[in-house]
Amino acid sequence: MSHHILEIDHLRHVYPDGTEALREVSFSVRHGESVAVIGANGAGKSTLLAHLNGHLLPDAGEVRIGHVPVDRTNLNEARRTVGMVFQDPDDQLFMPTVYEDVAFGPMNLGLSGTELKNCVAEALRRVDAEHLAGKAPYHLSAGEKRRVAIATVLSMSPDILVMDEPTNGLDPYARRQLIGLLKEFHHSKIITSHDLDMVLEVCERTVVLSKGVVRADGPTLEIFRDEALLRECRLEKPLSMQGCPVCGPKGR
Amino acid sequence: MHMADALLSPAVGATMWAVSAGGVALTSARLCRERDDRLAPLMGVLGGFLFAAQMINFSIPGTGSSGHLTGGLLLAILLGPSAAFLTVASVLVVQAFFFADGGLLALGCNIFNLGVIPALLVYPLCYLRLIGPAPGPRREAAVTMSCALVAMQLGALCVVLETAASGISVLPLDKFLFLMQPIHLAIGLVEGAVTLAVVSFLRKARPELLGRGERARAASGRLALAGVLICALLVAGGLSRFASEKPDGLEWSVAKASGAPSLAERRFGLPAWLGALQKRTAWFPEYQAPAPAAVTQTGTASGKGSGVPGVVGTVVTVVLVVGAAALLRRGNRESATPEA
Amino acid sequence: MASVQGALLDLKRLDRLAGGDTPLHRLDPRAKVLATLVFIVCVVSFGRYEISALIPFFIFPVCLVSSGRLPARYLAAKVALVAPFAIAVGICNPLFDRTVLLHLGPLDVTGGWVSFASIVVRTALTVAAALVLTALTGFASICRALVSLGMPRTFAMQLLFLYRYLFVLAEEGGRAARARELRSFGRTGRGLASYASLLGHLLLRTWQRAERMHMAMLARGYAGTFPAAQHGSFGAREFLFVLFWSALCIILRLYNGAEILGTLVTGYLP
Repeated sequence: MSHHILEIDHLRHVYPDGTEALREVSFSVRHGESVAVIGANGAGKSTLLAHLNGHLLPDAGEVRIGHVPVDRTNLNEARRTVGMVFQDPDDQLFMPTVYEDVAFGPMNLGLSGTELKNCVAEALRRVDAEHLAGKAPYHLSAGEKRRVAIATVLSMSPDILVMDEPTNGLDPYARRQLIGLLKEFHHSKIITSHDLDMVLEVCERTVVLSKGVVRADGPTLEIFRDEALLRECRLEKPLSMQGCPVCGPKGR
Repeated sequence: MHMADALLSPAVGATMWAVSAGGVALTSARLCRERDDRLAPLMGVLGGFLFAAQMINFSIPGTGSSGHLTGGLLLAILLGPSAAFLTVASVLVVQAFFFADGGLLALGCNIFNLGVIPALLVYPLCYLRLIGPAPGPRREAAVTMSCALVAMQLGALCVVLETAASGISVLPLDKFLFLMQPIHLAIGLVEGAVTLAVVSFLRKARPELLGRGERARAASGRLALAGVLICALLVAGGLSRFASEKPDGLEWSVAKASGAPSLAERRFGLPAWLGALQKRTAWFPEYQAPAPAAVTQTGTASGKGSGVPGVVGTVVTVVLVVGAAALLRRGNRESATPEA
Repeated sequence: MASVQGALLDLKRLDRLAGGDTPLHRLDPRAKVLATLVFIVCVVSFGRYEISALIPFFIFPVCLVSSGRLPARYLAAKVALVAPFAIAVGICNPLFDRTVLLHLGPLDVTGGWVSFASIVVRTALTVAAALVLTALTGFASICRALVSLGMPRTFAMQLLFLYRYLFVLAEEGGRAARARELRSFGRTGRGLASYASLLGHLLLRTWQRAERMHMAMLARGYAGTFPAAQHGSFGAREFLFVLFWSALCIILRLYNGAEILGTLVTGYLP
């Protein structure tokens, strides 16, 4: 097995108002692995993600990327390595056109000229959005926005993709398109979601967070079979694993 | 209230443009120096917020009319004067381009009336002076209300002065003032009440957000004052000079009819300025009814008391313009087909 | 306002027009901005009793609308709707200025009516010019043009940010306003208190959005400055465009085109 690309080690974070969002979280992600982080609202998922590229710094424990702990000195490197796709694409797409938005990251990394052009074109091609380059973000549909948001991150060629609720607010077609896209990427992926059916398709491993601690960590299918665990963590078996209400109970 | 291009003379418009552009340059430079990288997205979305807030109305009790927020003072309290000014100015620019609220030349006036006055004048000079450290609720209410009122009254006053100095409207200065000031008394009250309510809402919900304006308090003193003084001098000097140099559209027309000095000469020529010196004392010699003798010679369609050529010419021109449009459109379509 | 959503749709429509692909759309934005400014200054520099000399100026917006293939009717409707303030002030002119200026047959036209008509024509011209500029150029390009004409970068960035988030926030505000309307049954609950609370919540959400955006920007290497935008080219075509329209505007400013035409047609010589 290759070395761990991302290690989260006894991570603890307390907000200034005293809320203990993460009590003790440890897990690691290997190269090319897709890990889902699931949990009820307020379980600490968003806080965890904010630590992965150094937006929040831990109160105790550490996050290591390629064995290097993330701290104030190497934030930029961490942010290039970990590409973060936000829950609301409107927060992420802030430039006047899609092209400029995708170019924002690479330009900050110092690319210019044809190098920049190729980089942007490649990122847009990978999410099937070349035709959107000249458009303004507010003229895009939800699915298009999401794909472009992913492109803005891909253009910085990150090693790890972190996505917060990627299928949120998408229509079934756009959701299906996105799932197809996610399966194609060979990056290590960390995905938080309430869309457990998507998790089942995209991620081979699942980490269940509950009240700031890791409640379970294992192969996705195994975890989703454990109904008691899911119920305890305010979750529910994915629909695709529940019996069909019309053809009678079968389960998987 | 948005000032409009149609009521402006180029001299007044240009002066106000210069003043507002100066304000934008000054505040931009200050923000650049502060280098607070959180500020850029914050100002952007707060501009969007202001835009949205202006589209939502509420009913004023007992009057049947409705009002909305203009927001200069509110933003100054939240962001400090420089950032607030730039935010308000940016909203006005978008409104000028997309809703043609006012217009492009009037943009200078509007930025001055709705941006410079509340954010760069009233906020540092009145609000900060009066509010003091750690104000009680009553003091805060009184100061916010009175500052909103003052800002609104000054804004309305400027609209009146700009209109009068331009001389396109013949509304007498005193009548116009009587019309505008009371209306804006009511609008100012509403503005103050909304500002106060939103600030106290924020104080309860997220008190830490109000820190930014307070931090700006220390820095905003002298520089803002200097900028404001320059603005004030520019306005006073510029407006009075232009107003007396070219006080009347009528005079302009007369001059044109009798030998027509060119646009550039009229505006920048030294003799014109010197000749205007004597009139300088009278700020707005504007609002008297036009003298009948001059009227017969105006460059309007009057000829010698008969408007026939003017009217015919207008009709012919309209026909020509419409014809040109049709031709262009047709030519365009033809050239477009092979492309498509 | 009738509806926030309506205004927003309108805005989006105007914005979309800028995506057109005609030679005028492709022209460097600086040329269009300069020509429009010259045009507006020339129009407003006329005296208050001028009408006929203003009419030929319609050639500018009309030419741009037709060769830019913009929807003329839509723009005309927009022009007709705006500038209530100018009209409201202008309508006072007939009341205060009763000197007879013109005799059109049996009709005596007073100076007030002439100057009011002049204000209306000015409004139409200046507003149309601004809208046409926006529709042909697009806001982001106008900002870029203004930067290369000397506008501070900080302000340009503010304009672009505002323009981007205007849509998001106006939609959010519109939803909040509609929710309030649906529960207020047209009577109570639309007063100051609920308005302030609505604005307060909107402001809070706005602020949180700013924090998330800041996070997204940092995640992509933002360090307080924005990468410089690429420059277009101000070539011979742009130069000719500006030269032609400026020259035309100045000529029309100095010589009353309509009156000369009228004189020719009627054979009446002063």
